[in-house]
Formats: sequence, structure tokens, C-alpha cells
Amino acid sequence: MDKKLETIVQALQENFGVTIEEFRGEVHAFVKAEDIIAALTLLRDKYDFELLSAMTATDYWPQVSPRFHVVYQLTSLARNLSVQLRVPLEDGHPSIPTATGVYEVANWRERELLDMFGIIPEGHPDPRRILMPDETEGHPLRRDFPLGYEEPQFTFNFEEIDLRKPYAKE
Amino acid sequence: MAQLEEVSIDQFKHLVSERALTGETMLLNMGPQHPSTHGVLRVLLELDGETIVNAIPDIGYLHTGIEKNMEAKTYLKAEVMSDRLDYMNTIGNNLAYCMAVEKLVDLDVPERALSIRMILTELQRIASHLVWLAAFGLDLAAMSVFLYCFREREMILDILELCSGQRMMTTYIRPGGLWRDVPVEFETAVRNFLSYFPKRVDEYEALLTKNPLFLDRLLGIGKMDAATALQHGVTGPMLRASGVNWDLRKARPYMGYEQYNFNVPVHTEGDTFARYIIRVEEMRESLKIVEQALNKLPLGPVRSDNRKFVPPPRSEIGVSMEALIHHFKLWTEGFPAPNASVYSAVESPRGELGVLLEGDGSAKPRRVHWRTPSFDNLSVLPKIVKGHLVADLVAILASVDIVLGDIDR
Repeated sequence: MDKKLETIVQALQENFGVTIEEFRGEVHAFVKAEDIIAALTLLRDKYDFELLSAMTATDYWPQVSPRFHVVYQLTSLARNLSVQLRVPLEDGHPSIPTATGVYEVANWRERELLDMFGIIPEGHPDPRRILMPDETEGHPLRRDFPLGYEEPQFTFNFEEIDLRKPYAKE
Repeated sequence: MAQLEEVSIDQFKHLVSERALTGETMLLNMGPQHPSTHGVLRVLLELDGETIVNAIPDIGYLHTGIEKNMEAKTYLKAEVMSDRLDYMNTIGNNLAYCMAVEKLVDLDVPERALSIRMILTELQRIASHLVWLAAFGLDLAAMSVFLYCFREREMILDILELCSGQRMMTTYIRPGGLWRDVPVEFETAVRNFLSYFPKRVDEYEALLTKNPLFLDRLLGIGKMDAATALQHGVTGPMLRASGVNWDLRKARPYMGYEQYNFNVPVHTEGDTFARYIIRVEEMRESLKIVEQALNKLPLGPVRSDNRKFVPPPRSEIGVSMEALIHHFKLWTEGFPAPNASVYSAVESPRGELGVLLEGDGSAKPRRVHWRTPSFDNLSVLPKIVKGHLVADLVAILASVDIVLGDIDR
């Protein structure tokens, strides 16, 4: 681990009891959902992580505990460092407190999480779907969401399939 | 299937001012078929006369589910989709994806491949800035710039075609190197471009940079300070136009950028003009990099010989049984990657293009996330257009340099 990163990781461990994983020089810190806002604020204010580079999630279906990891990729321009925070979430009613108060970029990123994974950002100022149409059912980037191939129609079952095919009818 | 609902003002109640509810201000829909939205972007505008009170971007019209589709393909095959994201920066997308795969499986890349990657990425950056400049000029009614820029861009596309057989969707950079070596005509073609292009940039500048009509539309329009930019995750030329010197090529050199001599233009005004001039300067800097890379282009292989991840060249397949087996295995099953996650970022013409790649021990990725610069750069739009005229929105939107394929993924 980078020497400069060690003090930051230590501070995270003391304050929030995070566990650390390292892979190919990257540091991933696992934070509990209730601590995430405090952790982001600490990193932003005390350790100059001005930029929330990326924010997304990974689905570990069929595993249910944890089902998701929400990923916060943080960058410090002043110190030229990166750290990744990960919040494990259980299946059922996954939700995270919104980070829009800390980084405004989280606004659209959390809408994307809501849209694509069904992870609810609690207290979000504008919780609408962002990429999919409003009437979409389900959350496409979940692993149990089918890729959605078109059902092939043949002469003998054309009408039967036509009835349940999801396209606009007159 | 849920019923299509009539869109009502209630949906946007929290985003518009109270005056919109009484009808004092007007709600106007701009796009998704508007020519200045550079694709299919819809912006809902709240207008007081001609002044913008609020702007609500609506994206997703070009959503193609690329992240989802990549999860269903092996690492080698998924790369083809990366071209389709940011269709102005296809080589750059290939590079970002391949660097993530190389990091995940710990793969080496030969020197010659790195140099060719460098030349093509920087040429692609110029091509992307040319399309941007063309569209920018067109939005501000400078039609001739559009024609000139596309003429020069064609030369770059010809070079890409020479290497990969494709003008845009190249898939030329592969994990562990390149698809194949460049042909012999490559060097002459690039040298031609290098000697031809600097005069053309001067020409664009002569048309635009001191043109009073052009300046009137740009100076002091769409100002953004550094703090706002960072809060909204803005990166690339937009961030550097606001006075933050942050370029991944300098800050975290990848692909050997530390061996090249080039400057990163930074301006502090943060207005539309600064965003224009920075991109013009970047084109000149990219030329320097291309020239240096071409001068020291080393000889040698262009693909790693780690056969567990990189398919063998065609010539080996006919004579070596082992090569044939590797070829077959790699293109049918693919290679397994560790159950781990990496994040790798490159500086695309628009900003930080990051790939979060997570393997699950099998031959297909568990998650591929594209951190695309246009997405975050656009999210700052409502902040910087407030109080400007509708015509200024066109200039500001053009200066953001959005690519809708990059936003909607």
C-alpha cells in the first residue's frame, strides 16, 4: 500500500472499523451503510478527496448476504491518491443514505443505482429513474434480470406470442 | 406491461420554481430531436421570457444496455461493445477496456504495441476534438469550420482504416497488445498528417478565435468555478478550463506518457471561450505526442506471447498444435479472470474514462461499469445555464462536448 494512503486507511479503521482489501495496488475499504456519509465527509474534508470519480454497484446474485456492493471510487487531486469505499447491502430492501450532500455528482449516480439496481437512496432530492423509461418494470442490471431476447414467432404460435409480446398495441 | 402515463407537471414539481405552477413562467421542451443537442438529449426548460430559470436534462434515449450485454460475453468478445459507447473516441474506449483487462489478469504489453496505441489514441483525440469543433462552429453558425474539420478528420479515419480495416468501430487494441501490426504505409500516412495539420489549426483559429461575432457568443457565458466542477465530478477539458490542472496523462501516467514531452493547457476563466481554446490547444499538444511516438517507434512484437490470454498469430496456427489449441480455447471458452475487482481510468477527450471490471473466476465478467465523462459533465448543465438566454444554452451545451452514446451507455 502507498505510504501516503496508510494514514488515511488508519483513520478510516479507527473511526468506522472498516475492513481493507487490496488487489493490484488498489485499496478497497468496506464500510457499513450507516457510516458511509460520515466516511465520505471525513475523506472529503480532512484528506482532500474532492472528486467522486465513479459510483456504481455490483450484484452478487444468487448470493443474498451481501447481495450488492455499492462502490464509491474517490480521487484526491491534491494528493494524487485513490481509494475505493464499498458498502455491502443485504437482499430484500437495499438502501443507502444519499451522498448528494457531500458530492453533488452522486445525484445522477444514485438515480442510476435506483434505476438499474433498485437500490434506494434515502433522502434523495430527485428520486426518479434516469436511463430507463418511467414505466419499466424491474431493474435491468440485476443479475436475475433476463437479457431480454425476443421470443421467436412461428406460424402455429404467432398469435399466442403476439398477445404477450411487450410492444405498443393500438 | 404498465400503461403509458400522461406526463404531468407533478413529476417535475420539485425541480421547477413555484412560478411555473401558476403559469407565470413557461415550460419548454428542447429535444430530443433538436439539432443542437448533439444526438438525442432532451432538456426541459423553464423560461421567463427568454431567460432560463431552470433546466432539467432528460437522458436515456440512447440507452443500449451495453454494461448488461458485456456481462454475457467473454472478455475478448465483450470488447467489441466498447466501441459503441463513445463513438467519437473508439480507440480510447478500446484502450480503457483493455487496460482494465490487463490489470485484472496481470498481462504485459510489448513496447511497440504501446507506441502504436499512443499514436492512435492521440490521433483519435484530435479527431474527436475536430468533430467537437465542427459541431461547435455549426451551433454558432460558422458553417465553413464544420466542413474544414470534417475534411481533416477524414484523414485520421483513413489512418484508422489502414490499421484496422474500419473507420470508426475499430476494436484494434486488444488485451495484451494489438489485433495486428500496422501496415508499411502507416508511417507515411501519419507523417503526411503531421505536416499538413498544424497549418489547418491555424486556419480554424484565424476563422474563430478573434472573430468578434464568435467572441460575443462565448465570453463570460456559462461560467463554472473549480469547486462546482469538482462537486459535479466534471473532468477533462471542462475541468481544466476552470483552472484545475488535472490530467490523468500527467498525474498518473499510463501507457508511457511520462516519456513524452507535452503540456497540459489550463485556463482559469471557466467560461465557454476557455473550453473552446483549451481544446484547440490540446490538438496541438496531441500532435507533439504523435510525432515523438512515431520518431521512436520500436520494432518487435505487437502482442504479448502469454498464450493463456492472448490468441496466437495466424502464422503459428498452421504449424503448432499447441497454438491451434490455444486459439480454439480462447475464442470458444475465453480465459478465466480472478474473482476480484479493478478500476482503471484513462484520459479520454472528454475527461476521465474509467472502467470498473469485476471478474468472478469464470470467463465472463460479473460487472463492467463504464464511468463515462459525458455523464458527469452533463450533470452540471442545470447549474451553469441558469440566468442565460436560450441561445446561450446552445453554446454552453456545445462547449460541454457531450456524446450521447457515452452518457446513456
